[in-house]
Amino acid sequence: MAQELNYVVLTKGVPDFREGKVVFKEDNTLNRAATPTVMNPNDYLALEAALEAKVKYGGTVNIICMGPPPYKKVVQEGMQRYADHLYLLSDAKFAAADTLATAEAIRLAVQKLGGADIIFAGFKTADGETGQTGPQAAWKLGYSLATHVIRYNLNPEAGIFEVTRSIKDELEFVRGPLPAFLVTDPAFKSEYRTATQRLKLQDYREETKKRAYQFEEFLTIWDAAALGADEWKVGIKGSPTIVEAVDPIPRAPSERKARVINGRDRDQLQGVVELILERRA
Amino acid sequence: MAEKFEAVVVGCGPAGAAAALELAKNGVQVLVLDRARVPGGKNVTGGILYGQNDTPYNLDYVLPEFEKEAPLERRIRKYFMHAISGNKVRRVDLTELHEYNTKFAWSVLRTKFDAWLSQKVHLAAKKTGGGLISGVRVSGLVLENGRIAGVETSELEPIHAEVVIAADGATSELVRQSKIRNWMEPSSWFQGVKAVLSMSQSELERIFNVSGDEGVAHLYAGNLFGNARGGGFLYTNKDTLSIGTVFHLDSVVSEGLEPHRYLDRLLAHPVLAEMLADRAREVEYSAKLIPDGKKAFIERPYKDRMLVIGDAANQMLAAGPIIKGMNLGITAGILAAKSYVEAKKRGDLESVGARYAQALSDSYIRKSLEGNGLLRSALSILTSIGEGVAKTSLFSSAVKSPLVLGQIEGMLKSYRLSESAPDSAFAYNTLPSKLAEIHGDEVKTAKRFTTLPIDERIARLSYDTDIGKPHIEVLDDTPQASGACVTACPVSARDSSRGCYSLVEQEVNGRKVQKVVLDTQPCVECGTCAVVGATQWEHPRGNKGVEYKFG
Repeated sequence: MAQELNYVVLTKGVPDFREGKVVFKEDNTLNRAATPTVMNPNDYLALEAALEAKVKYGGTVNIICMGPPPYKKVVQEGMQRYADHLYLLSDAKFAAADTLATAEAIRLAVQKLGGADIIFAGFKTADGETGQTGPQAAWKLGYSLATHVIRYNLNPEAGIFEVTRSIKDELEFVRGPLPAFLVTDPAFKSEYRTATQRLKLQDYREETKKRAYQFEEFLTIWDAAALGADEWKVGIKGSPTIVEAVDPIPRAPSERKARVINGRDRDQLQGVVELILERRA
Repeated sequence: MAEKFEAVVVGCGPAGAAAALELAKNGVQVLVLDRARVPGGKNVTGGILYGQNDTPYNLDYVLPEFEKEAPLERRIRKYFMHAISGNKVRRVDLTELHEYNTKFAWSVLRTKFDAWLSQKVHLAAKKTGGGLISGVRVSGLVLENGRIAGVETSELEPIHAEVVIAADGATSELVRQSKIRNWMEPSSWFQGVKAVLSMSQSELERIFNVSGDEGVAHLYAGNLFGNARGGGFLYTNKDTLSIGTVFHLDSVVSEGLEPHRYLDRLLAHPVLAEMLADRAREVEYSAKLIPDGKKAFIERPYKDRMLVIGDAANQMLAAGPIIKGMNLGITAGILAAKSYVEAKKRGDLESVGARYAQALSDSYIRKSLEGNGLLRSALSILTSIGEGVAKTSLFSSAVKSPLVLGQIEGMLKSYRLSESAPDSAFAYNTLPSKLAEIHGDEVKTAKRFTTLPIDERIARLSYDTDIGKPHIEVLDDTPQASGACVTACPVSARDSSRGCYSLVEQEVNGRKVQKVVLDTQPCVECGTCAVVGATQWEHPRGNKGVEYKFG
């Protein structure tokens, strides 16, 4: 191999929609300020895919994330899974970007890194659900694009990738030239079939957990100037999308009365059993 | 191209760990495979981690600081035997016997202890280009020109190695496949069941009269177990107790009483109930087969370049009331590693098995497992005479004499005699019962300790069930062929349908027939049904099956 492979993983910070974390306002819309930001759950699979590439073919894993400075925590979360370097694209000029403007920032960052052999992204983000940013970035960069990837192989010498895509009830096998943009399907699963791979995997996981504690040493923050961004192509100015209105998603009204039962308390459980028997009768 | 390591060690219990540490210390590239999610998760012990004065090859040989660093429970300082007849108990202090030739003695809980050991192994092995991979079940051997050249697993591509060290425990599939031992003989096995009970540390220290890191061991024998040949044990841990019963598997089968009921008898006996009632709570039930190394000593535990160590090689010594297993495995592991290092140095890899067998033969392991043949025969004859004599009034009146009592108890304290003690009802049942009957004190207590039903014990265990892929198959479901599984399996009971094995009545062609049915979900992977029934028995795949919290 002439040169070490370079992988980029795209991550995004999204509201933590898990129960107990997410906070709603009185009108049942999301209270963004009170809801913590976490890494988009689907992006974990993109990171797993990049780690698999590193284990099997060597190389460097770079996380790119766009967001305000507090999103450092998001890339740190990514590093806990796996990363060699972290890049946060952070500038007021990037704010309120639609998918196209975001794709532009990603293009600039990838090019500033000297390009990538593979860019991995997760399937949709939990907040936007558009699924457009990745494909638009691939198009801007001119990379091969494969979505819904559940498995993949590389032949770096030949500059070829092969993927298995899961589309509805069918599997599709696709071969294409590198560089590539691969979007992992929620059913993506890494495969490690040799002892050497498993040992490397363990090592990399241990190393990255240690690195994640002092993640700032591995973090670079790039603003619009650093990327040489055209301010009419990024942020709100670069976003042709017009959001006419957002329908509030009403929180499902609670119709049931619930009582919390301690599963270890026999008396309380007895009560449940009696209730079931009573209702059944 | 096949992957190749210099050495592959299968199983990361104490024996495998010692072998791997010694190999890594000598610069050998060693890969260690363990089928648990975290090594130790499948392992239980009913013994004490001993170190012996007559060998340098104890655990401290490979881990000099282990007494300071390892998650050990208590240093066993006192050792008592309780001879029981009904509610009468005669306590005999066997501390002297326990201390004979003893360098150190610790109670351990294997899940914690083995997990710690495995970290040490991984770090050491990494330095020489290997490491530990858990969650991998070794399923067979790689053969090259008919000779063992590596291992096959359920999870990974075949792995080649210059030497394979099988440390995969009593139920070793490698040993079975290579026919190094006869697996199917119930009389060469013990079966142990154990309960871990939690208790507050301060209560434990008060009741057992221990402090600091000190601990105590109690053994129990006599008529509370009927005619089953074996006994009970109690070891103090930090804030838990390990209490169990161990019997020769053939007597478990012939007596027909379910293993957990022996444990219940012990737990509920007044001598224990008095200490446990209202204070202790059972937190884990476990079981394992234990090879009877004295009956099934393997002189040449190797085949081609595969060396077998620990329980897999029957390296377990029941020296009367002293049980030694882990330290024999550790010594054998170190000897196996040294044999490989030496064979490689001399450019004569093929000699590795013979070198290992020679090293074992020169070590205390062979001496203690083979024992003194003459003494063993003599004791065997004596105990069979004893069995007859014991029924006479003459015997009773003799035992009444303080002189004879002193003689008997003196004999119990002799290590040489214990080491050669035969497997006889006289030693396990008759003599202790008689001692208690004549010299015991009646334990009077109103306290009752309530034992858990087997269903509840199973319910408290954690499993990662390999749904749809049972690892055991009943080959012959007639009660004649596999009926013993229902009573001898430690997680089955006649009156429970939640256990592994049960007997069901079916109507076939208008005739009622009984059939043995199996549900592997509650299996604790002890191997009993492989020995006593007609089954096809394998371990579950890596990460799957039972996962102990204490061990």
